[in-house]
Amino acid sequence: MFKFILKRLGYMFVTLWIVATITFMLIHAIPGDPLASMARKLPDQIRANFYAKYGLDQPVVVQYGRFMKNIVLHGDLGESLAYQGRKVTDVIKIHAPISARLGIQAVAMGFFIGVSLGVLAAFNRGRWPDYLVMFIAILGISVPSFVMASLLQYFFTVKNMWLPTTGWGTFTHTILPSIALSFGSIATYARYMRANTLDVIGQDYILTAKSKGITKLALVWKHVIRNAILPAITILGPQLAGIFVGSFIIESIFSIPGFGFNFVTSVSDRDYTMVMGQTVFLCALVIIAYVLVDIVYGLIDPRIRLTGEKR
Amino acid sequence: MEKILEVKDLKVSFHTYAGEVQAVRGISFHLNKGETLAVVGESGCGKTVTSKSLMRLIPEPPGEIKDGSEILFDGKNICTMSEKELRELRGSDISMIFQDPMTSLNPTMTIGKQISESLIIHRGMSKTEAMTEAIKMLDLVNIPDADKRAHQYPHEFSGGMRQRAMIAIALACNPKILIADEPTTALDVTIQAQIMELIADLQQKLGTAVILVTHDLGVVADVADRIQVMYAGQIIEHGTIDEIFTNPQHPYTWALLQSVPRLGTDNKAKLYSLQGTPPDLLKPPVGCSFAARCEYCMQICREEMPEVTTISENHEVCCWLKHSMAPKVDIPEALRGDK
Amino acid sequence: MAQLSKEKFQIIGCENSNAEEILRPSMTYWQDAWRRLKQNKVATASLVILILISLMTIVGPYINGFSFEVTNNDIVNKTPDMKHWFGTDNLGRDIFSRVWAGGRVSIIIGLIGAFVDTVVGSIYGGIAGFFGGFIDDIMMRIVEILGSIPYLVVVILVSLIFSKGIGAIIIAMTITGWVGMARLVRGQLLQIKEQEYVLAATALGANPSRIIAKHLLPNTLGIMIVAITFDIPSFIFGEAFLSYLGQGIQSPNTSWGALASAAQPNLMFYPYQLFFPSLFISLTMLSFTLLGDGLRDALDPRLRQ
Repeated sequence: MFKFILKRLGYMFVTLWIVATITFMLIHAIPGDPLASMARKLPDQIRANFYAKYGLDQPVVVQYGRFMKNIVLHGDLGESLAYQGRKVTDVIKIHAPISARLGIQAVAMGFFIGVSLGVLAAFNRGRWPDYLVMFIAILGISVPSFVMASLLQYFFTVKNMWLPTTGWGTFTHTILPSIALSFGSIATYARYMRANTLDVIGQDYILTAKSKGITKLALVWKHVIRNAILPAITILGPQLAGIFVGSFIIESIFSIPGFGFNFVTSVSDRDYTMVMGQTVFLCALVIIAYVLVDIVYGLIDPRIRLTGEKR
Repeated sequence: MEKILEVKDLKVSFHTYAGEVQAVRGISFHLNKGETLAVVGESGCGKTVTSKSLMRLIPEPPGEIKDGSEILFDGKNICTMSEKELRELRGSDISMIFQDPMTSLNPTMTIGKQISESLIIHRGMSKTEAMTEAIKMLDLVNIPDADKRAHQYPHEFSGGMRQRAMIAIALACNPKILIADEPTTALDVTIQAQIMELIADLQQKLGTAVILVTHDLGVVADVADRIQVMYAGQIIEHGTIDEIFTNPQHPYTWALLQSVPRLGTDNKAKLYSLQGTPPDLLKPPVGCSFAARCEYCMQICREEMPEVTTISENHEVCCWLKHSMAPKVDIPEALRGDK
Repeated sequence: MAQLSKEKFQIIGCENSNAEEILRPSMTYWQDAWRRLKQNKVATASLVILILISLMTIVGPYINGFSFEVTNNDIVNKTPDMKHWFGTDNLGRDIFSRVWAGGRVSIIIGLIGAFVDTVVGSIYGGIAGFFGGFIDDIMMRIVEILGSIPYLVVVILVSLIFSKGIGAIIIAMTITGWVGMARLVRGQLLQIKEQEYVLAATALGANPSRIIAKHLLPNTLGIMIVAITFDIPSFIFGEAFLSYLGQGIQSPNTSWGALASAAQPNLMFYPYQLFFPSLFISLTMLSFTLLGDGLRDALDPRLRQ
């Protein structure tokens, strides 16, 4: 087991390093002068100072070295080009918690509602709850999150002024964005859990359990759900990643000052160093999430816990 | 001999998109206390459906135990029992073990817990009491290091051990009847023998009656008291083990017995095999279901179902050859003089 | 029981004639799949909808006589009426024509993108799956790492590198998009390789190219078709996503995503501007998804009846 965790962690660091490198390369592949896009007319001297400050006059390799060194040794993800003195880490500290709150709500909703719907559908196969859940699931997968967000916004805030349109601050501000953000997740989990639960229900050991005369509740809880939910945890990683990214648009639509919104602004501002730092942070989050989920799954599934290997 | 289970005119069908498949077409039999009844027949003859129906484990829909069927146990008709009564019955009065031990155990629950489950429900034991009893059961089925093994998961057990664990689960509450549905089919031959010995041994110790469902006559010879042969959803012959092996009456039984390879067979001789396939149970044949494959088939066989002929107190057969107007047909050469 | 005459008791032996008879006409795998797909009403309806939408993208912009790009400051932001069936946008352009012109772009991006994804992914996955072992290990490590980067983040970054346009968008989305297809093809190949019919073919002396052509490919093709069908909507979504971030198709060209994102700020006042492009994005994605579901069931050999 210990070996398993160690392997995963080692893998994680290697991936993080490679991803940081790729991000660096991508940003430096963007044509044009990063400072030219700041609509400022700068005298040459000031421009030269600028370059020197950001190390933009150094050869790429040196810049890379500096970049990596800063991250590893100082946890410093760089500084904004557009707003002098503003560090990426500062920006993250301010905006990330907001996105985290939104994201956690969305993930929790996605998981719990989605899994429950999926199990409900599986136990009522062919009857109306099944069709209803499948309908919701298909909608959730096909209707893009921004369409859903717009619909929700229009119906709940414009047509009927029940909830605030944009902004952040109170609990009511979090309702619509969370729903919009989690809808795709709910749909995915519902579909997945339905298929999984149906699969488990058809297994031989369920018949064995039934033949022991246990109650329906015990059957569902201890035998069906316990086995069906394991694979659902494996897709938690990609779902988390999806929610991180989905927040970009949702935050834009609802004007929520979160990390995603900030990222989008940096991109349109062409604030390259900021974009680079934020991307590295985001990718790191995703990779860490994947590894954590992997480890948690390994701890829960007795087959892996004991043999330390994927089956 | 005291009867503990009596089945009367059991009919079980499945409603599929293609129509109604009559898997079991009106069978009647009984089980005596402490005896072993073997139910043999090829795949699809209805023996598994029968065994599962005894505890109402067939999903209804699409399955249906038709009206008029009776399964009498302990003075009650299982066919009309409520869910609650069924739950009390299962695992405690009647238990079942299944064919594939690999897939029949919950992979995320320890063996000990799986055994304890029935004890907690039916005997009202606490978790610790149940676990102690579970360890005793594992001992009883000859699993070494029972106290360690009880906390392990199914995938840590070998195939034979898993089947033993299943037996432990089934016998934990000392049921009156154990239904064993092809318990050795998925195991190696050497393990097969061990498991059958174990079942026989436990049966003696605990006095359990056993219904052994199998398609392997070789397994049956050692352990069964009585045999019933099923074909296409019907019982075509049944009797004590002696009677069936020394004086089989139905052509299908002859075919089954001839298919078992014997030690004395000549090197170059062809192995006997029965031609054809069982009939389609969507449209069961009007007459004798075996008519299409029987070398002694007569016109009457195709037209009408044969009556039941009593050969002796325990031996009955369902065949037109026993009718007074039918020609005399002897037991095939190969089976004569065989004990 | 009627009279039992003596003849009825003559032994006539068994029939044996039609026991081995083949009871239904034999069909090839593809014929059977097509038949099953046709039976699936939902999938068929989706296919019909998609065909209709595609047709409209071809002829739609010309139907009502208004060009999709000509601006007219007199009829700005009109709600839908008899002349402008979907209304006009903030520059007076007819939305009906714009929706279909945009649809053209969105669907083309979807089709080309999915195609590129498939070709690259299949070759990569095919090599990895076919050779297995060490080569497979390395190739899959690369794929795993590439796959850890959130897809849309890569898309955003790459779109910054290339100047905007359909080509740039497709490149941005396919650069890591093929990863999914590669995994699928490789997984399928590995599975098939282990199957006994491949072993049988080898034992019979079939050479590798024959094995590939007659055994490996046909079985993988089914999975690939289903994957393509699910891939297209993700491209349409991705393009819309980019538009919302300002990296998508630029004026005067348009796409559904561009139309939607342009209309977003005006949601309060002119909801119809957002409604129509969103409707068609959703409908198209929905249809592809349902069709993909139907295809997957139709092509599953285990469900053959």
